[in-house]
Amino acid sequence: MKQPNSVKDIAGNPGQPLANIQPPNQIPLPPPFDDVDLDPPISELSDAAKEKYAVLDQTIAVNIERPKTSEEEEAFVAAFLSGMEKLFTSENNWTFLQPFEMSIEHCAHCQTCSEACHIYEESGHNELYRPIYRSEILRRIYFKYVKKESPKVHGDIDLNWETVARLIELAYRCNLCRRCAQTCPIGVDNALLSREIRKIASQEMGIAPKELHSDGSVLQLGVGSSTGMTPLIVKDNIEFIDEDTADRTGITIETPWDVEGADILLLHNAGEIMAWPENPGAFATIFEAAGLSWTLSSDIAAYDAINYGVFYDDVQFARAAVAHASAAKKLGVKKIVLGECGHAHKALTVIADKVLTGDLNIPRESSMVTLRDIIRSGKLKLDPSRNDFPVTLHDPCNMVRLMGIVSPQREVISAVVPKERFREMAPHGVENFCCGGGSGFAIMSGHNFSEWRHHMTGRRKFRQILEAFQDEPMDNEHPKYVCAPCSNCKGQMRDIITYYDAWEKAGIYYGGLVELIVNAMVDAKPGYIDWEWH
Amino acid sequence: MMTTLVYVIAYLGIVFFLIAVAARFVFWSRMPMHVRWELYPVAHEGGGRAAYGGSYLEETDWWQKPRQVSLLGELKVMVPEILFLVALREHNRKLWTRSFPFHFGLYLVAVTTILLLVGGVAGALLPANIAAGSNRVIGLLVPWLGGAGLVLGIVGAIGLLARRRSRELRDYTAPADYFNLAFFVVAFGVALITFVGYDRDFSLVSAFVANLATFNMAPLGSGTGVLLLMLSVVLLSLLTAYIPTTHMSHFVGKYFAYHSIRWKDEPNLRGGKQEKAIHDLLNQPVSWAAPHIKGDGKKTWLDVATEDQTAEGEQP
Repeated sequence: MKQPNSVKDIAGNPGQPLANIQPPNQIPLPPPFDDVDLDPPISELSDAAKEKYAVLDQTIAVNIERPKTSEEEEAFVAAFLSGMEKLFTSENNWTFLQPFEMSIEHCAHCQTCSEACHIYEESGHNELYRPIYRSEILRRIYFKYVKKESPKVHGDIDLNWETVARLIELAYRCNLCRRCAQTCPIGVDNALLSREIRKIASQEMGIAPKELHSDGSVLQLGVGSSTGMTPLIVKDNIEFIDEDTADRTGITIETPWDVEGADILLLHNAGEIMAWPENPGAFATIFEAAGLSWTLSSDIAAYDAINYGVFYDDVQFARAAVAHASAAKKLGVKKIVLGECGHAHKALTVIADKVLTGDLNIPRESSMVTLRDIIRSGKLKLDPSRNDFPVTLHDPCNMVRLMGIVSPQREVISAVVPKERFREMAPHGVENFCCGGGSGFAIMSGHNFSEWRHHMTGRRKFRQILEAFQDEPMDNEHPKYVCAPCSNCKGQMRDIITYYDAWEKAGIYYGGLVELIVNAMVDAKPGYIDWEWH
Repeated sequence: MMTTLVYVIAYLGIVFFLIAVAARFVFWSRMPMHVRWELYPVAHEGGGRAAYGGSYLEETDWWQKPRQVSLLGELKVMVPEILFLVALREHNRKLWTRSFPFHFGLYLVAVTTILLLVGGVAGALLPANIAAGSNRVIGLLVPWLGGAGLVLGIVGAIGLLARRRSRELRDYTAPADYFNLAFFVVAFGVALITFVGYDRDFSLVSAFVANLATFNMAPLGSGTGVLLLMLSVVLLSLLTAYIPTTHMSHFVGKYFAYHSIRWKDEPNLRGGKQEKAIHDLLNQPVSWAAPHIKGDGKKTWLDVATEDQTAEGEQP
């Protein structure tokens, strides 16, 4: 296994990868995927890619083009330092100044965080993926080149184009799940430092993965959704979903649009509409059956709950949050309910809490809470025996560890799934592991990034899922359901199940929470969950 | 003359420590409000939710309900964390076996010093019979507490020094980190030699601290024991002054890491006290240079957050 010997290696060997990991370096998966020889290898980057872009390890996330002149190199490094200085000012970084500076100043380098990181663990403990490897580079650059302090106090590092470009790439080898921060005895947050590096790159240097920026937040704010759906198209798609859902359930629904004065503005991740139409269909079925006053908005960006800025850019974050709140204000709703999207939950409820004021400060609620209340109200007739298959629950980091929404989704499951059929993953709740798609990874797939993602970031969750079902026959005659109430997490589940062919080989299927509810609704035709792999 | 210098150094060490710690405290407390970045479990969360990491966001219409905040819940986490480094024990047992004795040794030395100061003040202010009684108790306690503190501190610091040479930590250790730990070993080591060899009942150090507490720079006498005591005082005073200038001031930062970040879950309610502060922050100028921001130092956060980004509104 190739790995760096030192933090200082980040500056050396231009164009050469610092790490290379293949399945034999990794801990074998549980059965039926325990044969390392059958574990697909991570394919090589093309020579053209290695020549053209910054090379950190065996994949590329950001596509940072190598400079052609020494002037370009110097300008690149200078821009990074300029951005770093701005991170330490209230004007430019009031949003995170205190947590950032705290994490820069107080790390004791004790490595307690390392074992909490699923990426470091699944990499076979490769030095490059230690949570503090990247933090330490950032810290040393700051103390040596910005504060001009002695390397004898904070450690030494060379600063060149390789250092900066690789550091930016390395910031995209972290899911921002903050599991490491949970274990830090002092309160240092390496995930935050990853995000701050991403901010320097995006906000100062204009560098970000295209899936997050040009094809992500820019597209969402420009045409309405990162999926490219315009208001006209999204209404058309929802109309189709209503019809299809009615065919499957026997319950006629008509999703309301732009209803002024409705109690609830429901925000879906538009990925659900495109990839998992059964999810918005189930929401509509449940909300209508419960008699809620609700609506969707067809305003630009307001029919797509995503806020990719939360992964890499405070300005893009604020813009999306304002767009969402403005739509709610325009309709005069009493509250915004976030659909099954973890990062949208955290973005609009928690982080935007310190951005939205006055009449934009409209209460936000998790759909987990809304759904639990509907169940408690007794308005739905439910038959848990319709969900007579093994079920486990994935805890989306943004919703659980970072918001403390732990219990409502479990209460819902206990009402719609037979008690003996549900099993928790280990660990679960606020100590869960990230699905592997966090911080934008679920939508990033350039070069061989998705293969790297399945082996490094998603492997721990896949291991947990397999462990949760080990008491069941591992074949697709015995379907098993991974409930993942988050769009990004579902994207990652879909990809890793496909990668390992886990539906065919082990009967592992995935879906959201609302699908389980509708599947248990007595008034709906049986079989809302169709177990058709797609 | 030399004795007077030792007293002065001791005063300066204490004063510098207090000023530097206060300055750190002011520095962290004056930071601008930041966006919420809490991490669950949040210890003060009420309603039984802290036990499983739940939050008030699990409540229906949480914005209309009073928050259930439990100071007791915080104390139940904070006190064991401060005294026994619970997080480290749970997540990094190997380091805890070194770090716990080190930190607990520091606490014992600090408690010993405070007891000696109390004894000195009591001796000066209280009636002789009461002061004699209290000083008898203190006299019984301090050799045990002080001795144990010094031993634990030295053992812990040596253990931490050895741990820093391990494969996992070596590359992340700067020369200053070795110096810091070695400083503890030397300062505590000289104090321990003084205690074991020349001041078993802490009478010399008690007399010195009593003088210090009553601003009486009386001579301490002569002999090896006194010389070693003076050397101990100088080293410990320098160490005391040095700690808050390094990342070892994390004992201040940790308070803010928990109370201002990890557990800072107070919501900004419409019309509430936070909105004015947020409005002021949003009116700060932005100078981020990326093309999608074009911060010129004049545009504010409010401006950039509300610029028209729709395809029609996009600037060429």
